[in-house]
Amino acid sequence: MIKRDLVIVGGGPAGLSAAKVALDAGMSVTLIERFNQLGGQLIKQTHKFFGSQLQYAKTRGFDIARILIDDLKGYDDQLEILLDATCVGFYPDKVLTVYQYGKYMKYLGGSVIIATGASEKVLAFENNDLPGIYGAGAIQTLMNIYGIKPGKEVVMVGSGNIGLIVSYQLIQAGVKVKALVEAASTIGGYLVHASKLKRLGVGFLMNTTVKKAIGKDHLEKVVTVKLDDRWQEIPGSESEIDADVLCISVGLSPLHQLLSMAGAHMLDVSELGGLVPKKTCDYETSIDHVYACGDVTGIEEASSAMVEGRICGLMAANHLGFKHPEAQSLEDDLNNQLCVLRQGPCGEKIRCGLKKVGEIYD
Amino acid sequence: MIKLKTVRGEALMRIKEHPILKFDYQNEIHFTYNNQAMIGYEGDTIAAALYDNGIRHFSNSVVHDRPRGLYCAIGNCGSCYMRVNGVDNVKTCMTLLEENMVVESEVSVASND
Repeated sequence: MIKRDLVIVGGGPAGLSAAKVALDAGMSVTLIERFNQLGGQLIKQTHKFFGSQLQYAKTRGFDIARILIDDLKGYDDQLEILLDATCVGFYPDKVLTVYQYGKYMKYLGGSVIIATGASEKVLAFENNDLPGIYGAGAIQTLMNIYGIKPGKEVVMVGSGNIGLIVSYQLIQAGVKVKALVEAASTIGGYLVHASKLKRLGVGFLMNTTVKKAIGKDHLEKVVTVKLDDRWQEIPGSESEIDADVLCISVGLSPLHQLLSMAGAHMLDVSELGGLVPKKTCDYETSIDHVYACGDVTGIEEASSAMVEGRICGLMAANHLGFKHPEAQSLEDDLNNQLCVLRQGPCGEKIRCGLKKVGEIYD
Repeated sequence: MIKLKTVRGEALMRIKEHPILKFDYQNEIHFTYNNQAMIGYEGDTIAAALYDNGIRHFSNSVVHDRPRGLYCAIGNCGSCYMRVNGVDNVKTCMTLLEENMVVESEVSVASND
């Protein structure tokens, strides 16, 4: 059994940010990451972030990843980073089973921070399992990490920011986006992204969904259907689009499995994307000294994941008696940053969801 | 950039020009897919290299024998499992390609009862 002051599961924006603050407070930290590099989904984000300078706005996602990773340099005697390592078991006594390179290891954390992020939702339609049908994130991974085009002609489903941004990235990579399908009557994401696509000639099919996919061993055609104002299919409104790629961008759900496994009190909150842990305002779950931050506590942006991560690192340190040099001012500043990120009409859904899990917003 | 190729000729699915990203492919990696010789590049996952070689259909599902390929590409969904160097259920989206790897579509092991 390997003992650490803090074990963090997930090396994305939340986990990396948590590690930095905990290290500054003097904790010994193990950071567990399933992929062969740190950064989480930031490493495939080629667009510049919105928001405030405090969360690296106007910086491209993969550059933010680089900054967060560089922040962890110089802590060699305190920090252990496990790459290609999957946390396969998590128990209420804060023991974690980690699988890496064919071997299992056991870790015991004084505190544990779960920052596992989210997975992409799927859409139900006939033949939705055909090769050629992907989550939007998969397309980003193929193109922006490995430099591989997913195919020749794409139909995108979902007009949220991810759908819009990935459509634009497909065009940047030289792939044709034939249509963007959206079940609602309005565009979900920022209009600045949508306008860019419209200027490039992408057709938006509103009040439309996918009825079925056609193909033998691989996608060949997508059949769409119009929806009425009660979200019912309109008979006879089907139309076929030739495409070898169908990209599904209909939202994310928290990767709650480790928290559920350890028996943390979970709540199903639709505003947050699904099953999320109940937590105190100190980001502690129902299990003592187990914290959660980032998308696993509710689907949001990388910006808020970074701020939540820092708060989590600070709380994990505080509760075990580690003193961060700027604890109080940092806590106030971070909480303020989150309030700013979540203000206004865009933040209403997340504020509403967070009230249900225990965080209070005035 | 070196001239990229696959066993069929030019590497058609590689992004050659990009306004933001630069891809620097250095070393060729040779592997087989269902006994066919294939070429990938250092830094590719198995799945990425298969894509560049025109392979989208990775395996078949166990119960209904339906074609399976990549869905999430980050190790969540399990749709890209293949047999690699004789080991079943390897996540090809997360596993880096290595010289002389033997990659095979898994043979369905569904029972008849």
